[in-house]
Formats: sequence, C-alpha cells, structure tokens
Amino acid sequence: MPWISRGARVVTTRWPRRADQYADRFPATVSPTSAFASPEMAEVCPTGAIRVDDDQVRVDRGRCILCGRCVRHFPRHFRFTPGSEIARLARDALVVPELDKTDGAVRAVRDELSARTRALRRSVHIRHIDVGSDGADEWEVLALLNPIYDVHRLGIFFTASPRHADILLVTGVGTRGMREPLARTLDALPRPCVVIAAGTDAISGGLVHPTYATHGGIADLVPVDVWVPGSPPTPFSLLHGILLAIGRMSS
Amino acid sequence: MIGSHTTIETYDVLSWRKEICARVGAGRRFAGLFATVDDPVVRLSALVTADCDIDVLDTTVPLEVSQYPSLASVLPSAAWYEREIHDTTGLVPVGHPRLDPLVLPLPGDARRPMPGSKTPAPSVDLDESTIPPRVLGHGIFTIPHGPVRSGVFESVEYLVETPGEDIPYVGIRVYAKHRGIEKRFEGLTTQEGVLLAERVEGVASVAHALAFSHAVEKLADITPPPRAQYWRVILAELERIANHLDVAMKCADAAGLAVAVARFGYHKENILRLVGAVTGSRFGRGIVVPGGLAREIAVEPGELATRLTEIIGHVRADVELLMSTSSFLDRLRTTGPLDPTLARVHGALGPVGRASGLDDDARWFRPYDGYAKLPPLPAPSSAVGDALARLQMRWAEIWNAAELIRRAADVLEEIRSEVLCTDVADCGGRAVGWAEAPQGEVLYAVECEDGRIRRCKPRSASFHNLVLFHDVFRGDIFTDFPFIEASFGLSIAGAAG
Ligand code: SF4
Repeated sequence: MPWISRGARVVTTRWPRRADQYADRFPATVSPTSAFASPEMAEVCPTGAIRVDDDQVRVDRGRCILCGRCVRHFPRHFRFTPGSEIARLARDALVVPELDKTDGAVRAVRDELSARTRALRRSVHIRHIDVGSDGADEWEVLALLNPIYDVHRLGIFFTASPRHADILLVTGVGTRGMREPLARTLDALPRPCVVIAAGTDAISGGLVHPTYATHGGIADLVPVDVWVPGSPPTPFSLLHGILLAIGRMSS
Repeated sequence: MIGSHTTIETYDVLSWRKEICARVGAGRRFAGLFATVDDPVVRLSALVTADCDIDVLDTTVPLEVSQYPSLASVLPSAAWYEREIHDTTGLVPVGHPRLDPLVLPLPGDARRPMPGSKTPAPSVDLDESTIPPRVLGHGIFTIPHGPVRSGVFESVEYLVETPGEDIPYVGIRVYAKHRGIEKRFEGLTTQEGVLLAERVEGVASVAHALAFSHAVEKLADITPPPRAQYWRVILAELERIANHLDVAMKCADAAGLAVAVARFGYHKENILRLVGAVTGSRFGRGIVVPGGLAREIAVEPGELATRLTEIIGHVRADVELLMSTSSFLDRLRTTGPLDPTLARVHGALGPVGRASGLDDDARWFRPYDGYAKLPPLPAPSSAVGDALARLQMRWAEIWNAAELIRRAADVLEEIRSEVLCTDVADCGGRAVGWAEAPQGEVLYAVECEDGRIRRCKPRSASFHNLVLFHDVFRGDIFTDFPFIEASFGLSIAGAAG
C-alpha cells in the first residue's frame, strides 16, 4: 500500500496541552452581552433557551440550538461566543450568566466524580450510543478519531463492547424506542462509569422534543454526569466533556 | 425553474390509484405518499414527478371506513409509505403485500399520532410483539445487528435471516429511533420550521432547509435575492462533498484501510471547517431560511473557492491512490448490485440511482436557486450498479461540486446587491419543495395556515432508498454488509422520521 507520506501534512492538535486556534475561536455558544432584559427576547427563541427574569436575561445552553435568531434580532444583547470549553458537570451550570447557587453544588459534583474516575486518568474507553440523534452528532463523535483530533494520543479509545467501557457517550433526544436499549447498555457497563449527554438534543430534547415518540433528553432515563451542549456538539467540545469526565480538565 | 405553485388534483379512491399507475406507466416517477388527518377524513397525497415539477394527487378516505385498496399491491415502491401511514393513522391498505409496522410498532388498540390532526398526539409505548417474525423454513438463523451498533453508528436493527441460500433476506427495523419529527412541525411558524427541517436528517441540513424553504417560497410567491441563490448552491455542494467523503471513509473502513480512513476523515474535517468558516456552523445550520439567507456570510466567495481548490487537490491525490488499491476495488466490485430495472421501477434516488443507470437529479431536472442559471453539470450515470459504481459516482459528484462552487463564486463576485433575504409574508396553502441532497432528492410537502404550519411531510431519499437493501444482497452477507451499507450512504434519522 503506497499510503505513505501522502499529500498535505496533517497537523494534529496538541490541545489541551497547547492552545488551539480553532478550538479557541469556533463560535460554539451564544451568550447575552448585557443584563438588559425584555420579554420579546424569550419570544424569538424557538427552544425556550432564553429566560428573562428579575431584569436579567439568561441563555440556557442546554436548550440552545445556536440558530442565531437572538443574535439577529437583538445584536446588541446577544452574540455568538468563541471557545470550545463549554461542557459542564451540572445541568444548571449550562445557564449563562451563571445562577449564583450553582457554584458550591458544582464543586461537590466535581469532587464526587473525581473520586469515581480516579482510576481512569491514563486511559479511558468509551461506548457510544445513539438514542435518537439527527445523525450529525455521530459525525462529530467520529471526528474525534480523525488525525486532526486523534484522541488516541490522549489515551482515549472507543470500544464496541459496553463491558470494556468506562464512559457511556449518549447522543440524541431519547426516543421512546431507545429507552430500553439505553438502559440495557448502561447496565452492561462495569462500575464505576460515567455518562455523558452529548449535544443539546441529549441534554434537553432541543427543538425536536416534545413529540409523541421522544423524551426531553436523556436525564430522565439515565443519571448524567457531564453535559456537552451544541447542535451538534463540536469535536473539541466533546473532547472537553470527556476530559472533564475523567478529571483531566476543569470547567 | 421551479413553478410558482404546486398542482394538486383530487380523485375518488379508485380513479386515484388508476391515475397514479397510469402516470408511472407513462414514465413518471412515484416519489412518495403521505396522509393528513382532517377529521372526519384522512387525505392521502401521492407525489408524482411532472415536467420540471412534482404534482400532488389527492384522495380522501373517511376515518370511520379507515381502509382503501392498497397502492403497493399494484405499485411496489409504495410499500413502505403505506406501512408508515398505517403506523401513524391506522389506515389499512387492503391487499398490501406485507403490512408490518415500520416506524411505530403499536398494539392494535393504541391511539395513533394522526399527523395533521389538531388533537395532540399521546405519547406512545412501542410493542415489538406486533412485528410478526418471518419464518422461511428449517435452518433459519437470525443475527440481529442492533439497534445498538458496535462502533459509532446511528441506531438501527438489521435482522439477517439466512436460510443458507444465496439470497438472504435482510429485515430492516428503523423504529427504535423514530422521533415523530413530522408531527413536531405542526403549529410552528415557517421560520421555526426551517430549523426543525435541518434536524430531520442532520447530515443533510442544508438540503432539508432548502427543500422546506422552497415550499414556503412558493406559498409566499417570492424568489430569494440572487446573492442568496448562489450562496445556497455553494452551501449545498459543500454538504455534498462532506457526505461523499464520509462514504469514502466508511468504505475504506469496511476494507480495513486505516490510513485511507484517516486521510478521508481529514479531508472531511477540512470541509466541515470550511462550512463552519462560511456559516458559523459546521453543518451550515441556521443560515438557509425561507426568503434567502438569515445572516451575512463570513468569507469572500473568491477566498472560499481558493481554499476549496486546495482541499480538493489533496482529495484527488488520495482518490487516485485508493482507486488503484486492487484489494479495495475487489471488495467493492460486484458487491451489492442494484439491478437497473429495479432501480428504475423503484425510482431509486441520488447517487444510488445514478450508479444504476438513472439520470434524475433535482438540480438539473427541476432546477432551483442558482442551479437554474448555471450551465448544467450532471455527473455521467453508470449502469453497473455495484458498490464500486456507487463510489465512482460519488467521486464524479465531488469533482462537479467543486466546479459548481467555483462557478457560483465567480458569479457572486459580480453581484453588486448586498441583499440576502426577501420578506416572507404570512402565507397559506399547500406546496411541494425539493432539493437534491447528497443522499438524493428531498421533498417537503408543506401546508400552512396564516404563516403557521398545519402539516409538513419531509420525504428523505434515505427513506425511499433504504428499502432497496432487501434486494442487493447476493454474496456472503456478513462480509458484504458493511460495504453495502457504506456505499448506500443513507441516514437512519432521515429514514426513521
Ligand atoms: S441561538 Fe437560537 S436557540 Fe440559542 S438562545 Fe438564541 S434564539 Fe435561542
């Protein structure tokens, strides 16, 4: 096979040890830029991600599908925000600006997770399961294996067998038809293990939920440890979520 | 050029069936069938190609009668559509060859979602015991592939029933990831609906957003500004390149060519990054809306063309290598052949159909947006129909896509107007919009009332083509399966609904 030293040289990212321009600049989230709040803001959002209360507007990134409507209608009050480190260890921590109460709670969660995953620091095996994605999420998960991200360099491997997995990476809205296959798969994982909700659909159901065939995300079906927003979540955000899960990065 | 409205004709049930068959007999293509519950009747709408258009042929069945003579009994390509309609409405097509549940296995007495009905659909509990096992005789063994797959795949179950014969039967079960997404459209505004359309089949977000927008633009009787029309071509062609590279990657993976997988994964990543640079989303989401484009494009057309040319140059070098790897070609050649006659009778879509002798391509047969003004650039079709022909079709389409993008970029350099979007007034009525997705033709039948969606039926090429899996297994099913699946390049989300 003459597949040696062909074509353009691939530059594998060194993130997170070194900064990566693409990771830092990609507009992976939307944020309010001021406290100014008006009820019309909530109305432009198709998923209810914008909350207007107490004269403070907040974006729940766990609901945001990055459609940009808020940015278009209120350019002075919302903007796409660069940066991929957007995974969080608590559902509430996806709300920006942060709710005051989340700080202590997140610390407790992090300590517990850290104790649970102490054995996994060096190498970790991931089992992926689709419970009702739109198909794009799988592309982004698979991208982690392409030579630009090359997650093997970080000791991260995907495994076909749930019995050898430490992490269950779940994509999709949580269809009623996948409830039992999801439960069976999680049961097959050895303990301790970590569950990652990958993408806005898996976190909250996104725009797809509610329908007669969906749950609003996977949180009612399995205990979630790490939340990675995005519609779909980008490879860097997924990687951030994985490293967060095993205590090799902070949020 | 897309007609300014959709032709809708209404028939009684028997003449409806006759008329559809007559048109198909005269060389038209049966493109889909769906039901709309409009108490006290169910309206059945068949989609049939016309000159530069898609016509709608309607009939109605009273809910209390709830049955009608099956279309599939005389037109096999309607089989999956009637199963889906049975699942969602309970309507029985009498004489259907095999009316098993497809997207929603429900007990007989369950309330069904009733698309189009104003009554909210109750949550469903699937009951797999409603799917009868297929019994072929002694020596049958079934090996379930799924729904949870080994590897990073969408969930789907392939039940391989191998009676030790040359031609095994492959049962296809997509219901586990049925999201009920078309019911979710009902009540949304058209500006919200387009965002949902992007999520029907996420790897073809742009094509779905286009097909949906085209339907709405017909209802509102507007044309997007020229700048938006040419950018739409660019976005759609970038999406095509990314999808075809994904297929290449998966074919190489099936053959265990790790370096080739890495190379094509790398090229695909570069295309997604380019889409991201242009639109802010790696899948080109949130940009195509009814009326044009939602926001300014972040890259100059000339710069985009330059960056693309560089990526395509690297792709070409790797394609040459891959296509001179004889062990790889041997695995694809004669594998999963789709017979050209079957392809024509079924109306196989996209590269799958074009690799089996069909030439239909919505971009050139029913042109829209910038395609209507650019000189046609169809990839030559092939009559071989095996996995290799399907892969070769995708290479040809990648080269043409790159050329189309260059031409569109050239035109864009000359367009002075900055306008990207035309206002869409609240509209009503019914229309069909389409686009040629990487998987093939996507149709959206949209019905609106005062700017809100009353019924929306997306019909993906994945849904229409997936049933062909039944007919392409000839050799050793276990070694061929990954090549066949990869070379079809379908999306389960798009098929399961
Ligand atoms: S980007 Fe869209 S989904 Fe996200 S907060 Fe803004 S309006 Fe809501």
